[in-house]
Amino acid sequence: MTGTATTTFEQVLGLGDDALIAAQRLCEWCTRAPEMEEEVALANIALDQLGAARLLLTYAGELEGAGRDEDDLAYLRDDREFRNVLLVELPNGDFAVTMAKLLFLSAYQRLRYEQLAAGEDARLAGIAAKTVKESTYHLEHATLWTLRLGDGTEESHRRMQQAVDEIWPYTYELFDDNALRQPWLNIVEPVLAEATLTRPEDPPWAPRGGRQGLHTEHLSYLLAEMQVLHRAHPGAQW
Amino acid sequence: MSGQWPLWEVFVRPRRGLSHTHVGSVHAPDAATALQNARDVYTRRQEGVSIWVVPAAQITASSPDEKDAYFDPAADKIYRHPTFYHVPEGAKHL
Amino acid sequence: MYGNDFPTDAASSGGELLEQVAAAEAALREAAERTLDSADNAETDYFERIIAADQKIEPRDAMPEAYRRTLIRQIAQHAHSEIIGMQPEGNWITRAPSLKRKAILLAKVQDEAGHGLYLYAAAETLGVSRDELVEKLLSGKQKYSSIFNYPTLTWADVGAIGWLVDGAAIVNQVPLCRSSYGPYARAMIRICKEESFHQRQGFEILYTLARGTPAQREMAQDAVNRWWYPSLAMFGPPDSASVHTAQSMAWKIKRFTNDELRQRFVDMCVEQAKVLGLTLPDPNLRWNPERGSYDFTPPDYDELMRVISGHGPCNQQRMARRRAAHIEGEWVRQAASAYAAKQQQRQRQQEAVAA
Repeated sequence: MTGTATTTFEQVLGLGDDALIAAQRLCEWCTRAPEMEEEVALANIALDQLGAARLLLTYAGELEGAGRDEDDLAYLRDDREFRNVLLVELPNGDFAVTMAKLLFLSAYQRLRYEQLAAGEDARLAGIAAKTVKESTYHLEHATLWTLRLGDGTEESHRRMQQAVDEIWPYTYELFDDNALRQPWLNIVEPVLAEATLTRPEDPPWAPRGGRQGLHTEHLSYLLAEMQVLHRAHPGAQW
Repeated sequence: MSGQWPLWEVFVRPRRGLSHTHVGSVHAPDAATALQNARDVYTRRQEGVSIWVVPAAQITASSPDEKDAYFDPAADKIYRHPTFYHVPEGAKHL
Repeated sequence: MYGNDFPTDAASSGGELLEQVAAAEAALREAAERTLDSADNAETDYFERIIAADQKIEPRDAMPEAYRRTLIRQIAQHAHSEIIGMQPEGNWITRAPSLKRKAILLAKVQDEAGHGLYLYAAAETLGVSRDELVEKLLSGKQKYSSIFNYPTLTWADVGAIGWLVDGAAIVNQVPLCRSSYGPYARAMIRICKEESFHQRQGFEILYTLARGTPAQREMAQDAVNRWWYPSLAMFGPPDSASVHTAQSMAWKIKRFTNDELRQRFVDMCVEQAKVLGLTLPDPNLRWNPERGSYDFTPPDYDELMRVISGHGPCNQQRMARRRAAHIEGEWVRQAASAYAAKQQQRQRQQEAVAA
């Protein structure tokens, strides 16, 4: 257990849950991707997120000190105990929605992991040193697609704008516990502009609550599917 | 316009000191996507690898007798290594 | 991320199958060193001399039209099988019962997508486009392996597929590493190296289940009971009924007959089943000392024919999923093409201005 005074169980859990739920949503694209090369790409990103989730959840369990491992945390908590941001639990929608979610998430994750890689917590710094590179790749991938969908055909532009508008309000929650919103805007706004997309106005109200365990209705369906088999065989090894 | 993506040939240099070898092809609408696709499909993002992608249509080939190289699989994800698995005593052909 | 503390020496793994792949790869390199006397370059004769010398036919070599067409069909159907094969296993990714299993299964299914891509790429060297091949799959003109028309009803099915289906695929595929067509042989070498992890993954799942709770043991045995005979059927009809075999063997596209491979598979699995502590659902399985192999009950070939012709449990579902992905992806693919065209246009305009 290496934590510092400022690294809490809840904090690490939040990062781990972000990655876990993001991975779960990406897994749903398996055999449904718009092209075979994209199957491989999305699976890569899902594997990265899942790998990060496993490292973070394991660390969180150690910090908690109650003997919970990565699987206990992933499979035996109810939605009120999950600490992910709402953004990651939203349904995949169409490919534009998925890319909008990935653009916003990966830009945030890269900044957050950069922060942690330079932080005092040695364990987190070690994890973050790897995940920064992965987030950089995810951001590249999402950017590539945002440009092509935004500045592609009329239909793709319409869908991508709609996706951005829909997901935008969920990005505010990302910065409740850090000062990264402006650096994040510095990454995201130019991408939207180059993609000929309109950056949405700040909404009068932004959805929040994930970090406190108050989620959307989507999460419990997601968890039901994710956890059903594990829970059906208590104590079993796989 | 149809969604058909043109073919690109992929060349990979797996390690410093070796030269690029032809590993296969990908379909992509443009160079940036082709590079990403090639990275995902042929190297699984192993670091330190150099990738070239060339539109297949741009390759000028001499006739029969051209040599294609063989290629090595990527070595990054441990689940892919058969040695990662505990193989019980007596289990053959695994 | 995936454990820098694990040894990375992939070549050190034992396993006869990997040794056979390595031998095929070595043979390919040795053959490349030998030169063919090119005094007489009459087309068909040149082709036949390459085949006879166990060297490789490469994309621009002259070849009989029937050879080219047979290869396109065989490679394409192999590619289709990899892509469709993602579905039965992909069915359990979101419900995998541990994070480790989830990651391993996701990596495996991703590999299958990659294998499909390698094979389509090999087929394209024969002068056909991937889009054409996808159309043939979706219209039913080309087939995929019948085994993927069965449902994965439990987690143990994932283990059974890894052990039996991938096991059968490997037995089928290792000889293809010596296929006479260069791009196919090279794709197969790459695929086989990656597939050995697939089979071990399945075996390990079943091994763990068989030693788990009573419910898990029952799950494992039930899965094996359902997947055994369909796996035997993967090797195709018996030699007496197989139409293409003779010509394919003469052209060294196929190196062993269906029955030879099926027997090899049975002999392998019986031993492995003992280690697993699971039974194979065949009361007539018996060691035959005269043949040096196991006697076994053949699969139901009528069922195989029915499933191949579209009447298996999941045929409609597998095709519908593939078709839907293709159709729903069209706007995305078009957007990317449109963007590429715009970028080229912009670049030309910039160059015109600069000039």
